[in-house]
Amino acid sequence: MTTFRHFEDFHAGEVIDLGRKTVSRAEIIEFASEFDAQPFHLDEEAARKTLLGGLAASGWHSCAIFMRLLVDNLLAHSSSEGAPGVEKLKWLRPVRPDDTLSLSATVTEVKPSSSRPTRGSVHFAFTLTNQHGEPVMTLGNWIMFGRKGAAA
Amino acid sequence: MTHFEDFKVGDVTELGSYTFSAEEIVRFASAYDPQPFHLSDEGARASHFGRLCASGWHTAAIWMKLMVAFQKRHAARLIAEGLPLGRLGPSPGFDDMRWLKPVYAGDTISYSARVTGLAESRSRPEWGLMTMINEGVNQDGDVVFSFVGHVFVERRPA
Repeated sequence: MTTFRHFEDFHAGEVIDLGRKTVSRAEIIEFASEFDAQPFHLDEEAARKTLLGGLAASGWHSCAIFMRLLVDNLLAHSSSEGAPGVEKLKWLRPVRPDDTLSLSATVTEVKPSSSRPTRGSVHFAFTLTNQHGEPVMTLGNWIMFGRKGAAA
Repeated sequence: MTHFEDFKVGDVTELGSYTFSAEEIVRFASAYDPQPFHLSDEGARASHFGRLCASGWHTAAIWMKLMVAFQKRHAARLIAEGLPLGRLGPSPGFDDMRWLKPVYAGDTISYSARVTGLAESRSRPEWGLMTMINEGVNQDGDVVFSFVGHVFVERRPA
């Protein structure tokens, strides 16, 4: 996983393990207090009366955890040049205190850039899965990577 | 007010503005998106961004922060007027998030939400699903961020 990847090193159909992260109650409350201060992300008692049925991480916190795993385990060791967006993201199940989330990426398509010969785009389908093997979040997006031998 | 039945397609809510300081950009990125162009001007100069810019997830998280602040102001107003208050549930996800232009250190982004769809929930009869196009516009009037969000909204009690 620590070998440096350029655009050419991604192949459609490849599955990449991107590590795991355990999220604590304190982290859930800290993130929510700053960005998503709704009762079901802050307080166990208040959360029980909501659709989530108990304290759960902000979906944006799950996105942040996803991104950190992606950077640490792939992008930091690559010629990544950023991403234009995300096509579809689903929050499938609540993320609870002390859940351990594992990130997996499937390469679904690789596409050299027609306008920039130094760059190509790789499409990924990502799944964040909890310790029970249940998917909690899925998303798909394109990420741009520099090609081998191209100046950044 | 503000149960599912009170929203109309086309309703626009201005959520307010937020100025992204270099310090906040680096703090968020250090925790969640530590790529060189989100950590320092120097790191960004080596990339096509050219200078320090915010993580796209930071831009999204601030949308949520301003949306929650708006809802709290709105709820306080309804309670003060003695009006009933519908709850907003969680969200099942979003579509088509676009980071159209970089959000650079010092940029001020104004966020808005426009209702584009209202669907009754078959599985949860007490709730409806509202769809919104959310946008962030910088101080030059450029749309820098958009996504299609979905959120459960409580229906008016029968």
